[in-house]
Amino acid sequence: MAVFRNGSAKVSGLKENKSLLPYFLLAPGLIYLILFFVFPIISLGQMSTKTSSGEIGQYKQSFRFANYVDAFLQSKEQFGRSFIYAILATLLALAVSYPLAYAIAFKSGRWKNVLLVLIVAPFFTSFLLRTIAWKQILGEEGPVIKVLRTLHIISPQTSLTATSFAVVTGLAYNFLPFMTLPLYASLERIDPRTLEASGDLYANGFTTFRKVTLPLSMPGVVAGTLLTFIPAAGDYINAAILGSPSTKMLGNVIDARFFKIVDYPTAAALSFTLMAAILILVTVYIRKAGTEELV
Amino acid sequence: MKKLTRWLSKNLIRVYAFLGFTYLFIPVFYTFAFSFNNAGRSNLVWKGFTLKNWKNPCGAPDICMALGNSLKIGLISTILATVLGTLIAFALGRYKFVGRSTTNLLIFLPMATPEIVLGASLLTMFLNLGINPGLVPTIIAHVMFCISFVVVTVKARIASLDPRLEQAAMDLYANEWQTFRRVTLPLVAPGIAAAALLAFSLSFDDFIITNFNSGTVTTFPKFVYTAAARGIPAQANVIGSSMFFIALIVVVVGQVLSNKRKAKI
Repeated sequence: MAVFRNGSAKVSGLKENKSLLPYFLLAPGLIYLILFFVFPIISLGQMSTKTSSGEIGQYKQSFRFANYVDAFLQSKEQFGRSFIYAILATLLALAVSYPLAYAIAFKSGRWKNVLLVLIVAPFFTSFLLRTIAWKQILGEEGPVIKVLRTLHIISPQTSLTATSFAVVTGLAYNFLPFMTLPLYASLERIDPRTLEASGDLYANGFTTFRKVTLPLSMPGVVAGTLLTFIPAAGDYINAAILGSPSTKMLGNVIDARFFKIVDYPTAAALSFTLMAAILILVTVYIRKAGTEELV
Repeated sequence: MKKLTRWLSKNLIRVYAFLGFTYLFIPVFYTFAFSFNNAGRSNLVWKGFTLKNWKNPCGAPDICMALGNSLKIGLISTILATVLGTLIAFALGRYKFVGRSTTNLLIFLPMATPEIVLGASLLTMFLNLGINPGLVPTIIAHVMFCISFVVVTVKARIASLDPRLEQAAMDLYANEWQTFRRVTLPLVAPGIAAAALLAFSLSFDDFIITNFNSGTVTTFPKFVYTAAARGIPAQANVIGSSMFFIALIVVVVGQVLSNKRKAKI
C-alpha cells in the first residue's frame, strides 16, 4: 500500500509525476462521462424550455419554464402511477429477496457460490423474453388462469394480465437481483458470533433477528431498495407488455412524446422532472436511513 | 404430523429459498421449453416437440442480423467500458486526490438516473449536433452506462485486497511496476473479468437506451420487442436460451479456473 500512497508530492520529479498519476488514470473515463452524460443532460435541460418554431421537429430556445407545468399537469396521473408502482414493486422485491438472501448467506454451506450465480443467471435470458414469457404464462391462453378459474379462486371475468397487479409483479420480478445481491452482501458480512451472543443472552430467534440481524443488514436494505426503485420508476417496458392503457407509467408518456408525437420539449421536461424527483427522493431516503455506503 | 411441522419450522427458510428460485426461473424454463415448439410464426400455444428451431436458429427473417449487431455493440462497448472503468477504479481505490468526492458523484449519477432519461438526453444532444442515431451513437451510449458498473465492481475487488501482499513484493525488491504487474493485477483480474461480464450482459440486454439512439439499426432486444406485437418466432427463444447456457458455462469455467489457481497457491 505504501508504494501507492502519494504523500507529500513536492520532493522530486518522480514524486511529482506520481501525484499526477491518479489524474491520468481518471481523465479518459471522466472526460467520457462529461461528454456523454453531463453534456447530454444539459442538452436535455435546454430542450425542455424550447418552443416549436412551426416546423415539426424544429425548436427555438424561449426559456418557457411553463413547459414543466404543462407537461406535469398533462401527465400527473402517470407520474403518480410511476412512483406508486415503483414503491410497491420495491416492497414486493424486498419481501421476496430478504429470506432468499438470508438463506444464501447463512444456510447454503458450500452451495453459496452456485446459488449466487443462479440469482444472476436469469439476466442472461433477455429480460424482454422473460417478460413476454410471464405475459403468456399469466395470459388468457396460459395455464395459470385456467387453473385459478377452474378452482373458482378468481371469477371468469378476472384477468391477470393487463392489470396493475401484473405490472407491479413484473417490475418486482425484473429488478429482483438488484435487491438480492446487496442484501446478500450485507448479510454475509455479519459475524455469526454476534448472533450466537444474542442467543447466549436468552434472545429467541425472532428477537435476535429484530435486534441484531436486521439492523446490521440495513446498508443492504438501503442499497437494494434504491437499485430496485430507480430503474422501476423509469421503466415502461413492463407497463407496455404486461399492462393496459390504464396502467401507463411516465416512461410510456416520455417514449410516446419522443417517437410518436415528436414533441421533444415536453418529453425533455418530463424526463427532467422524473430525474429531479428521483434524486430528491433518493437524497432524503439516504439521509433518513443514515448510510453513505453506496458507491 | 408433529415430525412434519418440526421439519418445516427447521427448514422453512430453505423451502422459501427453493420457492424463490422457482419463481426466478419459471420464465427461463418457459422460454427454453417453447424453443422446441413446433409453431409457425407466432409462438403462443404448444403445438408439439421439434428440433427444427435449434437446427436453424437464423430461420426467422432478420433475427441473426439483429443478434450480430447486439454482439458487435456488446463486445466493443464492453472492451471500452472495462478499460475506462478499471482505470478509474484504480485511481479511486489506490490514491488520495483532490476531487475525489466529485468523481464519486459523477460515477454514482449515471446509475441513479433512469434509463429513459439517459437515452432521451443522449438523443437530444445527438440531434442538436446533427448526428443521426445509429450504430456509433448506440455504442457511445452503452459505454457510458456500463462505466459506472465496471468502476463499482473493480473498486470492490481492489478494496478487498490484502495490502501486505504488495508490501511483501516490495520487500523482495520488486519495483512499483513489477509489483503492479506480478501481484496487484493478477489479484484484481477476477474483478475485472466479472465487471466485463456484467458490462456485456447489460449492453446485450439493453432495450430502452438502445431504442432511443440506434435509429434503424436493429439489435436483438429491439427485434424481440418489435416482433412481440405479431408473435415472437421460436428462434428468439433458441437464442435467448443459448445466451443463458453460454453465460452459465463461462461463469462455471471461470470459477473452476480460479479454484485451480487457488489450489496451486
